[in-house]
Amino acid sequence: MSTEKQQEQVNPPVDETEEIELNVKSSEMDEEFVEDLDSLLDEIDEILEEDSQEFVENYIQRGGQ
Amino acid sequence: MGTETEYGISVKNAREQDPVAASTLVVNAYKTSRGDTPSATSSVTWDYEQESPLMDARGFLAEADTPISEADTNSVVNDILINGGRYYVDHAHPEYCTPECANARDLLLYEKAGELILEVSRVTAERLLLDNQEIIIYKNNTDYKGHSYGSHENYLMSRKVPFDAIVDGLTPFLVTRIIITGSGKVGAENGSRETDYQISQRADFFEKEVGLSTMVNRPLINTRDEPHADDKIYRRLHVIVGDSNMSELSIYLKVGITSIVLQLIEKGVVGKQFGLKDPVAAIKSISRDLSCKNQIELADGEQWTPIQVQRAYLKLAQQHLTTEERTPVVEDVLEKWQYVLDNLEIDPMRLSQHLDWIIKKKLIEAYRKRHGYQWTDAHVQMLDLQYHDIRPDKGLYIRLLKNGHVKRLLNHEEIVHAMHYPPVDTRAYFRGTCLRKFPNHIYSASWNSMIFLGKDRRSFDKIMMDRPHFGTQQIVGELLNNCTADELVKKLRSKR
Repeated sequence: MSTEKQQEQVNPPVDETEEIELNVKSSEMDEEFVEDLDSLLDEIDEILEEDSQEFVENYIQRGGQ
Repeated sequence: MGTETEYGISVKNAREQDPVAASTLVVNAYKTSRGDTPSATSSVTWDYEQESPLMDARGFLAEADTPISEADTNSVVNDILINGGRYYVDHAHPEYCTPECANARDLLLYEKAGELILEVSRVTAERLLLDNQEIIIYKNNTDYKGHSYGSHENYLMSRKVPFDAIVDGLTPFLVTRIIITGSGKVGAENGSRETDYQISQRADFFEKEVGLSTMVNRPLINTRDEPHADDKIYRRLHVIVGDSNMSELSIYLKVGITSIVLQLIEKGVVGKQFGLKDPVAAIKSISRDLSCKNQIELADGEQWTPIQVQRAYLKLAQQHLTTEERTPVVEDVLEKWQYVLDNLEIDPMRLSQHLDWIIKKKLIEAYRKRHGYQWTDAHVQMLDLQYHDIRPDKGLYIRLLKNGHVKRLLNHEEIVHAMHYPPVDTRAYFRGTCLRKFPNHIYSASWNSMIFLGKDRRSFDKIMMDRPHFGTQQIVGELLNNCTADELVKKLRSKR
């Protein structure tokens, strides 16, 4: 069984513009993500439901399928 | 194939929570919201009648003057959509079913269209409430208190495949695919072992290997076999073990790789070779192993990681799918399947813009770090829940998407289009197009039937659609473009 075999892009994807990037280095991806995430975390401070404790306690569903 | 999604629902600042009333309000609001659109389907009821059908060559059967059971009230909580899907209240949840789709990309598209349909109806319904009240809808699977609601996948399979072969071949795949399809969950439920964070929302709720029930004592493999099609030719595989996904890649791969594995089972190339010693225990332990590296025991005593099991299925697909079966979408699914397995092997966090459980984990970790919250903090649970909020201004997944932190496969325009138009290459085309074109001539509809009102408005014609691959644009497009409802029924009847 093959392990850690890095994939090469073989065929053009269905829609090239929306293809996920292959072989992006982990560190690059993370750095970019964390940097940008800071402003998003500010936003989350604003939009997270107030009074989380009460909210999650009161979120009760009936079981479904 | 198609998916069914039950959404969680809550009314903020309501004196008392009544999820059935709230769900009904939301589903009915969608009819109101469409106002004067050409889709006056609000009086069309769902046809619950199950008949043993006969077909003509195209899969239609016209029956004159079929007696109709009175079902006026069922339109209250049932909506048949012009995109060919179904929208209704199931138990205490709004549920959206996609139309039948022929490939994984379409299915992703129509599931995403469902999220917009829910949001449009949520906004419309909210106008009917008091000013301080908000309707909140989550596309998730749990209230974190032991109540789960489902996200089900349905695949059409050949009746020739024995059910035992499906159980043997599919169970190890479903148990291990959660490393790709999990939505992530803070904590544990249903008496399962405590954990800070786990990969799957649903894993804790599965208690046996095979069974018919979906509400309690849930089985990994569900035996409901109601094909909504000719049951001599087809069986329906009802997969209930999946999570509701927000990530486009998670949805796409979930349905894409599962349909490929079912093809392999139909071909007879997957047997008992990957059988697990204890699948129910395995899904819970895999769900708690965020490294994806811990081994599980196979029935023959070998120890494999879930990545190894997935790779073994992938390899069989690469070996056994014919050139014809490797359509562009299938080819793309295989490529992305390998891509995520390669990256999971190196470090799952490399997929923090791709797969739900990892996107969510990354977000929660960053937020915990900023505020010093423990995993058990209510804010952390709130983050988990709000990740699944369908509101564009509040939903955390949607905020991540809009800010470019997660990968997209679709564009917004095509999702909006899919709210209003059916896929062109399944019988959903016939259903959706008839509803759009002849809303006042249709009395009721179901997955495999449409009942037209006669000219006198008192007689009925039932059109059976027992071949899901028929009723496509290619087969009936011209017919539908060029005739009235009465002419359509007449023409279909003459083909008997």
